[in-house]
Amino acid sequence: MIAELGHYALVLALGLALVQAVVPIIGARRNDPVLMAVAAPTAIAQLCFVAFAFVALIACYVRSDFSVLNVFENSHSAKPLIYKITGVWGNHEGSMLLWVLILSVYGALVALFGSNLPTRLRANVLGVQALIAVAFDLFILMTSNPFLRVAQPPFEGRDLNPILQDPGLAIHPPLLYLGYVGLSISFSFAMAALIDGRIDAAWARWVRPWTLLAWMFLTLGIAMGSYWAYYTLGWGGWWFWDPVENASFMPWLAATALLHSALVMEKRDALKVWTILLAILAFSLSLIGTFLVRSGVLTSVHAFATDPMRGVFILAILVLFIGGGLALFALRAPLLKQGGLFAPVSREGALVLNNLFLVSACAAVFVGTLYPLALEAITGEKISVGAPFFNATFVPLFVPLLIAVPFGPMLAWKRGDLLGVAQRLVGAAGVASVAIAVIFAMEGGGPILVPFAIGLAVFVMAGAVTEIVERTGLLKVPFPTAVRRARGMPRSAWGAAIAHFGLGITLLGIIGETQWSSERIAELKPGQSISIRRYDLRFDGTTMRQGPNYRDLTAHFTVRRHGELIGVMQPAKRSFPSRGTGTTESALMTRGVGQLYLSLGDPHPDGAIPVRLYFKPLVLLIWLGAVVMVMGGGLSLSDRRLRVGAPKPAKKVGKPALQPAE
Amino acid sequence: MTRRQRRLALIGGALAVLAAAVALVLGALKDSIVFFNSPTDVVEKHVKPGTRMRVGGLVKEGSVQRGDALAVRFDVTDGRNTVAVAYQGLLPDLFREGQGIVAEGALEPGGTFRADSVLAKHDETYMPKEVADALKKQGHWKAEYEKKVGAAPQGMMPQGLAPQGIMPQGRAQ
Repeated sequence: MIAELGHYALVLALGLALVQAVVPIIGARRNDPVLMAVAAPTAIAQLCFVAFAFVALIACYVRSDFSVLNVFENSHSAKPLIYKITGVWGNHEGSMLLWVLILSVYGALVALFGSNLPTRLRANVLGVQALIAVAFDLFILMTSNPFLRVAQPPFEGRDLNPILQDPGLAIHPPLLYLGYVGLSISFSFAMAALIDGRIDAAWARWVRPWTLLAWMFLTLGIAMGSYWAYYTLGWGGWWFWDPVENASFMPWLAATALLHSALVMEKRDALKVWTILLAILAFSLSLIGTFLVRSGVLTSVHAFATDPMRGVFILAILVLFIGGGLALFALRAPLLKQGGLFAPVSREGALVLNNLFLVSACAAVFVGTLYPLALEAITGEKISVGAPFFNATFVPLFVPLLIAVPFGPMLAWKRGDLLGVAQRLVGAAGVASVAIAVIFAMEGGGPILVPFAIGLAVFVMAGAVTEIVERTGLLKVPFPTAVRRARGMPRSAWGAAIAHFGLGITLLGIIGETQWSSERIAELKPGQSISIRRYDLRFDGTTMRQGPNYRDLTAHFTVRRHGELIGVMQPAKRSFPSRGTGTTESALMTRGVGQLYLSLGDPHPDGAIPVRLYFKPLVLLIWLGAVVMVMGGGLSLSDRRLRVGAPKPAKKVGKPALQPAE
Repeated sequence: MTRRQRRLALIGGALAVLAAAVALVLGALKDSIVFFNSPTDVVEKHVKPGTRMRVGGLVKEGSVQRGDALAVRFDVTDGRNTVAVAYQGLLPDLFREGQGIVAEGALEPGGTFRADSVLAKHDETYMPKEVADALKKQGHWKAEYEKKVGAAPQGMMPQGLAPQGIMPQGRAQ
């Protein structure tokens, strides 16, 4: 019964979405306040129904109702409760439902907090948002219905893929989807502006917090996914340039570019057309990511052809939204008014440079991700495009961007003084040079690029600090004055500096991890030891343990540093009888910002066990930096001017858009 | 500067960056992509020793020999031809005889394939797609694989379900 109610709620949500997609847009065209007012309550009602459907599916999982096909295929009665719940989105159908749920959450948020938006803008935004919901509701109902029943209910389910039975599944997909789908708001705003043929600085002020919010979730989601892959896959890698990863990385690059260009639009009323285009591109990349992952083209170009329904449906959605968005752009963008003027060397110019490099880097990732698919579809030739390709394209495009990061925020708007900024950055460059010299001395004969890469990371961080010092006049004015100025600094300025500092931290972690990790592989018998750097690990033996739906073979190691006992590490091999498969549970020991990483191979009959041991010196900085970036974003979001849904009403009311609806 | 000059400067800068990006991408596509070959391709194409490539197929039953220090040798077959693979290191969790794998490395002059990585996918119902295609081409495709692969609901395959987002990113080595 619950499954049917959920199914029914989803159909009702589709009906509401249809109403919301049509009525407010017509209302906006006719300037009819009654029709436009339909949008907000429908958006909230739509959220209620989708949420009901989602809760219904969770209930089916929690009760282990194996008469529901989706539950039978992905759950097991012995599974711990948390994995019964997270298993809801650990499969195609459930994760699409989560996608739609988050879409309607955003729609409802705009409806709730957008009361100070111009009425027509709000009606159009919610209308476009509902159009997306219609497409995805239809997709779920027609091709991926999670509520289907089985005629002969089995007694036991097939269980969730063991690799997914991990707390990571509870956090990573929702975060990532919050980011992915959050970009739909920027898209809807862009569409609404094009439909209306009007766009101004106030528009950018409304769009930026939503983009920022999506960007924060996306950053966290990607970082979380990377850490999950790192600890769960058992060989210490944290980024693989896998198509699945690139699918989330491309929208991130586009969203980062959009954040920066919206800044120019808000402050200087320039780059309007470009900002709109970026908003369309960012969401298009989200959709392409969804298509790549959901249609099965990655598994096989042929799988796409054998199960065409889903793939073709997603392809149609792609064509409709990307094609429609770009067509509307081509039609209406020329009508937008020319923006403000600026010199090439200026804050605007720096932000344009930022956008250029981000978008080029994004295009390089795009080619690397889709080229193998295109080649196989056309010639049948199979190739793999891996890390070497991305290192040769992405890295050279990102390095100039990183060098430019400290310069950007220090340049003045309209016309900047590059020489003056360079002089003010001498301190930061000095710190970076010291870092280069120190690393060079430590490394001796190592690769020459490493000290410079570290120097670059330090430069980015020192540049962020310099900006704060300069703005507060810390070294020039008395300390209390500097503190007062620091208090008075807009939070968005703090946020930008902190986010840039976080970028430097991540960079430091990446370089440290790739250059200075050490690896040992050995076969050990109980009593034998393995050592890495200054650490000795003694293998004390194995024990068996029975978990709720698996069995663990745990290996016990005592860890000594310079002969002194500092702890134990207990990696395990876990086997799941329900699926006949297993996972490797690696053991991690954090030392400062580095980690010892130990994972097991298949034990031999004679009791020897192969182990893989890493020491990764700066690895935690990679994710720590991402968290700092998100904190910067959060600080910026809390800025009065940007608070979601509460932007200060534009001062010079004179624009018809800001007057109450006629 | 006039509006026109400024715009030209911007467009010039943009074109320069784009040109650099295109040059980088084309250069990298020439040098850093790796082709996939089935054992039959390896034999028929006379691939030169030292060329980096991927070889995929089934691990031949009874061919796995373990040596000292985690060295392992095994044969990869597509039913018609066989390539001997040498590898040193930890094998992925799902490596076993009869299972599909993909090895990346280069041929040695003696004809042995020296692999520096061996990949298997997470879900044991899943056959690497290159391997499945290669086996079909050689007529070595068994219905039981079909049951495992073709008929498996899409959501059960690691990448079908995998998702940005659902599976931990990346592949097992």
